[in-house]
Amino acid sequence: MTKFEKPAAFSRRAMLKTGGALVVSIGMPISLDAVLAVSEANAQGAAAAKPALTPDQLSSYIAVNADGTVAAYFGKMDMGHGLHVAIGQMVAEELDVPFRAVRVYMGDTATSVHQGGASGSTGIQLGGKQMRMAAAEARRVLVDMAAQKLSVPADQLTVVDGVVQSKSDAAKKTSFAELIGGRYFNVQLDWNKQYGNTLYAPGKAQPKKPSEYKIVGKPIKREDVAPKVFCQEDFCTDVKLPGMVHARMLRPAVAGSVPVKVDESSIKDIPGAKVVWQNGFLGVVADREWDAIQAMQKLKVEWSPVAPPFPPQGSLYDVVRKSSVRKRVVEKENGNVDEAFKSAAKLIEAEYEWPFQSHAAMGPACALVEVKDGFATCFTGSQKSHFVQAGIAATLDLPLDKVHVKWMTGPGSYGRNDADDCAMDAAVLSKAVGKPVRLQYMREQGTGWDPKGPASVHKARMAFDASGNITAYEFTSKGFSRVDVDTNGGKPQDTLAGHTIGVKLASGDGFGVPAESYEFANKRLTWETIPPLLDRASPLRSSHLRDPVGPQIHFASESFMDEVAADLKLDPIEFRLKHIKDPRDIAVIKAAAERFGWQPRPSPQRQTGVKVTGRGIAYAQRNGTRVAVIAEVEIDRSSGKIRAPRFVVAHDCGQIINPDGLHRAIEGNIVQGISRTLWEEVKFNDKNVTTVDWISYPILDITETPEKIETVLIDHPEIAPSGAGEPSIRPVAAAIANAIFDATGVRMRRVPFSPDRVKQSMA
Amino acid sequence: MAQKFTLNVNGKDHTVDADPDMPLLYALRNDIGLNNPHFGCGLAQCGACTVHLDGQAIRSCVTPVSAVGTGKVVTLAGLGTPDKPHPLQTAYVEEQVPQCGYCINGWIMTAAAFLRDKKKPTDAEIRTALEGLKCRCGTHMGILRAVKRAAEMMG
Repeated sequence: MTKFEKPAAFSRRAMLKTGGALVVSIGMPISLDAVLAVSEANAQGAAAAKPALTPDQLSSYIAVNADGTVAAYFGKMDMGHGLHVAIGQMVAEELDVPFRAVRVYMGDTATSVHQGGASGSTGIQLGGKQMRMAAAEARRVLVDMAAQKLSVPADQLTVVDGVVQSKSDAAKKTSFAELIGGRYFNVQLDWNKQYGNTLYAPGKAQPKKPSEYKIVGKPIKREDVAPKVFCQEDFCTDVKLPGMVHARMLRPAVAGSVPVKVDESSIKDIPGAKVVWQNGFLGVVADREWDAIQAMQKLKVEWSPVAPPFPPQGSLYDVVRKSSVRKRVVEKENGNVDEAFKSAAKLIEAEYEWPFQSHAAMGPACALVEVKDGFATCFTGSQKSHFVQAGIAATLDLPLDKVHVKWMTGPGSYGRNDADDCAMDAAVLSKAVGKPVRLQYMREQGTGWDPKGPASVHKARMAFDASGNITAYEFTSKGFSRVDVDTNGGKPQDTLAGHTIGVKLASGDGFGVPAESYEFANKRLTWETIPPLLDRASPLRSSHLRDPVGPQIHFASESFMDEVAADLKLDPIEFRLKHIKDPRDIAVIKAAAERFGWQPRPSPQRQTGVKVTGRGIAYAQRNGTRVAVIAEVEIDRSSGKIRAPRFVVAHDCGQIINPDGLHRAIEGNIVQGISRTLWEEVKFNDKNVTTVDWISYPILDITETPEKIETVLIDHPEIAPSGAGEPSIRPVAAAIANAIFDATGVRMRRVPFSPDRVKQSMA
Repeated sequence: MAQKFTLNVNGKDHTVDADPDMPLLYALRNDIGLNNPHFGCGLAQCGACTVHLDGQAIRSCVTPVSAVGTGKVVTLAGLGTPDKPHPLQTAYVEEQVPQCGYCINGWIMTAAAFLRDKKKPTDAEIRTALEGLKCRCGTHMGILRAVKRAAEMMG
């Protein structure tokens, strides 16, 4: 949440419990408002009021206010799926307090420990797991305290809405508020010494059994929608500080070029305009935002001559194919694949191509940083505030505890977009000018210079024996790394500020392989990464874009399974069910087929006529979650336009915390997935990226949006919840490609399926 | 050079010192303190900055402050309040539309101008009226549900 209610001030008086698990510290009267600014408290040496904000302290996750309401401090944050509602449900459930009594405070480095930020759809899977264990431990401790107070054994007590009472004598009762309201837990947890997604610190308590759930599993609505539509919630773009100036960055026309001469007199007439120039880093500030934009446009800069770094757009996939492999990883192998292909009686082979794609967030990134008296405060929409804290500390050479990063809702985030770069740039600018600096990128910088989803080529082949039985399957992805720059701005080597000031890129290697359960006697899944096209401050640097490399990999692997099914003249679902072995995978496919009303028959239909209709299925796993997607698609051969009027999505993410939020998260995944499949392609010339706005980088329009997205939510209360933020975007491209093939017999092997490309393919 | 402009926004007059070419968006956000219209593109391509000028949905990111004249500007904050919500605001809450929410000024302000003039629109008419607006989170299904719901509320 970004709106903090004013909690009632409370008094933390001397009180010492002995014999129990709880030791309540002695302190001065303090309000929770002050607690929310713990960094200042630390700076003032007043931290004794609260146990240290470390992962092994229960107080780092849960606090009970004087009025009995509960604060949950969460080191991840909501990127729009209502994660805070789900976390609130899990905490309320374990504590046995009403859902509305819990407020979830997200992504503030001063109040939450480093749980990795929004990352890999782990908000519930890993972040929620920890919050559940912390809440369960808090309940256990509170029941123990009540047992002492009421002189009733703990196992004779029950908790209803934050009131602990004797099972046999309802008159014997006390409340969480009476037991600890307004004071902090001082309870040690068993921390695994990990930070980030893998942080885990359970207490002694066991969480509830799913059969006992009253709040988890309920479709509770988000309470932060009303503040948004009534303009009561500030975004990170809206924060203003006294003395704040506005800034804009300057980027070179030719990627890799740096400023060699800057004529500050060219902006001398602009009030307050000032240049900040450090090596390749070039920005301007001014008192007013419009003036900062004018200064950015008017500043005379001579840029270093450099050889244009990029190959022609048209040769991108040849470059990928021919590039040296920097790292090769065989992630899965069974049998003897090479031998099986050598002795094959028949082969089916295909290659698939996926372009660079942009986050193209709704607004370009914005950050406000104030560097003052050796302390940096940052307001950002980054989905990884603790990494931004580390990045600012490293960039400005400050100790980590002298940097406070406060997450606020930003203009959309689907991975490593431009937010972390913006925060670092703003930090450098603020330090240079000695004032709070609000920096927002321009549209062309947001779309043109954000880290990109990597382009790739995928090869798949299947071997058959003389009787037509499958003997081997091999799938290889080759592409730019998904961690050319890392998934966060935690190190200067991964940010534009770092690169432009002079820190070298340390390009990492990462890609992936299909996540499925097809069983073949001989099977090999491999990925290969290639070096980036430019080794510094590149507009084509690649990193995580929603479901990092899932859409491209499964576009290829699930299109290929369809090709094989068609070759064998088998119904695409029948073929899949013949080879998929995981029961939950089979269940999602069957559930989708049933809801869709799938009638078995082989593809394609090869319809004639200008407008034709087809159906396509694709499925994928993702870190425990399973999704099957069926698309119904209309193809207009004359215009090349694809319309996807109906989608059915069967989704199994284990235990469902909030079906309402889950349904909407899936809808967003499908719509963004259609967009990336039909429209999205980063284009570039030899000098720079040329897709820089919504005309050159189009996304799906509302006139093209499906009429229906039906979801089948498969609930497994007994299975720990896995993620839902990304899995359902995975199979979308293949489902559409398979539907196009079903209708026309034409196989689309390169994304996006833009009208021009579809027309060419149909010709 | 900066000039004085008097802008009527959400029923109140505000005097703003600004370059005549400065887009209205910056006057609203930085001079008048209305954060609700957002900077999305500065190119009139996305709608995040949409406000009403004399009842018409306009893109404040490309409307020079000097072009507003005596026109009446209404922002999302002026469209309705929690006590007196516009039907679209009610419908947005009921349908739980936004994800990040950065785009909502475009959709709600454009739809509000559309629904004022068009009663009982068809699905196709709603889509056409909203053509070109951007939502990157992909909340389009919810937007369509909310606009239909608001249209029903408005008779």
